[in-house]
Amino acid sequence: MRTIQAQTIIDKVAEMCIAANRELPEDVMRTFKERLAAEENPAAKEIFRQLIENAELSKDTGLPLCQDCGLAVFFVEMGEDAHVDGMSLRQAINEGMIKGYKEGYLRKSSCDPFTRKNTGDNGPAIIHFDIVPGDKLKIWMMAKGGGSENMSRVMMFPPAAGWKGLREFIINRVAEAGPNPCPPVLVGIGIGGNFELAAINSKKALLRDIDDTHPDPEVAKLEAEVLESINKLNIGPMGLGGKTTCLGVKILVAPCHLASLPLAVNVQCHSARHKEVVL
Amino acid sequence: MAEYELKTPLTDADIEKLKSGDVVYITGTIYTGRDAAHKRLTDSLDKGEALPFDLKGALIYYVGPSPAPPGRPIGSAGPTTSYRMDTYAPRLHGLGLKGTIGKGKRSQEVKDAMATNKAAYFGATGGAGALLSLAIKAAKVIAYDDLGPEAIRELTVERFPLLVINDCHGGELYTKPNLEAALAG
Repeated sequence: MRTIQAQTIIDKVAEMCIAANRELPEDVMRTFKERLAAEENPAAKEIFRQLIENAELSKDTGLPLCQDCGLAVFFVEMGEDAHVDGMSLRQAINEGMIKGYKEGYLRKSSCDPFTRKNTGDNGPAIIHFDIVPGDKLKIWMMAKGGGSENMSRVMMFPPAAGWKGLREFIINRVAEAGPNPCPPVLVGIGIGGNFELAAINSKKALLRDIDDTHPDPEVAKLEAEVLESINKLNIGPMGLGGKTTCLGVKILVAPCHLASLPLAVNVQCHSARHKEVVL
Repeated sequence: MAEYELKTPLTDADIEKLKSGDVVYITGTIYTGRDAAHKRLTDSLDKGEALPFDLKGALIYYVGPSPAPPGRPIGSAGPTTSYRMDTYAPRLHGLGLKGTIGKGKRSQEVKDAMATNKAAYFGATGGAGALLSLAIKAAKVIAYDDLGPEAIRELTVERFPLLVINDCHGGELYTKPNLEAALAG
């Protein structure tokens, strides 16, 4: 049994919360630059110029990329042969998140759903645990903003709807969201599983790099096709029109019940902030 | 599309000349307010209480900034999605509010209220909160401090860069998505 000190987890998690909010992932930055060159609409070009400048400024000054530093979402893979010393893994991740959001001058966006009173420390973190073979601890952190999350949906289709029904729903969802979620968006899609697994998978799908191709060629084809279709919507960066409504579509598939065809669409704004660490 | 430099408070004449798509640089004082603050403003109006700032000619910025790090007046400060304030906006326009700043679509009720009361809806670039903060020279909480990022702040801005999304003549910058083309494949 390998022992990991809770303090190590706290420090690493704090670090990744701060870094995620200040450093736009390289794949996103690269895509901004490609789309700046590809866009013909001057308004779309101007938005990309601002977003690139914003990312550079954030890196230089330590100001967060966006004032909505998000709810802190974690996906955790804990090796069966590792154990945390000092406190529970959940507690360590929470403490690390609280430390990072405080020390990094990040906005605390968590509140009571009824009174709307801010919890004051961005807690509790939303953590999805998985137990895996081995003695490593792998943590993914995502700073997920509220504006794009509000545009997300879960839909339980009848099997007869098929891919045609899913595709229409996804495209309609992005169309209805329009300028609201800060396009160009990324679209995480969970297909199959059940009500909650589809939703979790749609978020997990967003952890993939933009240029990552799905290992299943059939799914990879669907991702590419939906991306192309969405980009015909002409919503464009910040809804001002253009060829870039969506930067990437990522699908995660799971087997489902004979009676169901679950679909979850998790919309992610262009500020696709996430980090990962292996301990 | 024209470019304007405007100073707060805004007048009817300022608003009437604006058309959707125009670029506007605002200098002066604007007020922050989002979900929870709008609820409180409305509750105050219901009770006949005075509001924490004068709505006449005012601009409300839908933003909940991140905390100010040492040496800066404010943290990142980009717009939040505006439709959540649609419930509250018409009443405030009726009381003299000349403009709101946010991102995303507005309801027909808000557009009608802007036409009736000569007001405009401005877009700031979402997700560019660090960049936008550079135009904010001072920030002071003036109400609802307990709301944290949602407190009402008085911001002193210099050439704060905006786009007119909805003007008071019914013009709108956002176009309908081309759903037919997208669904066709």
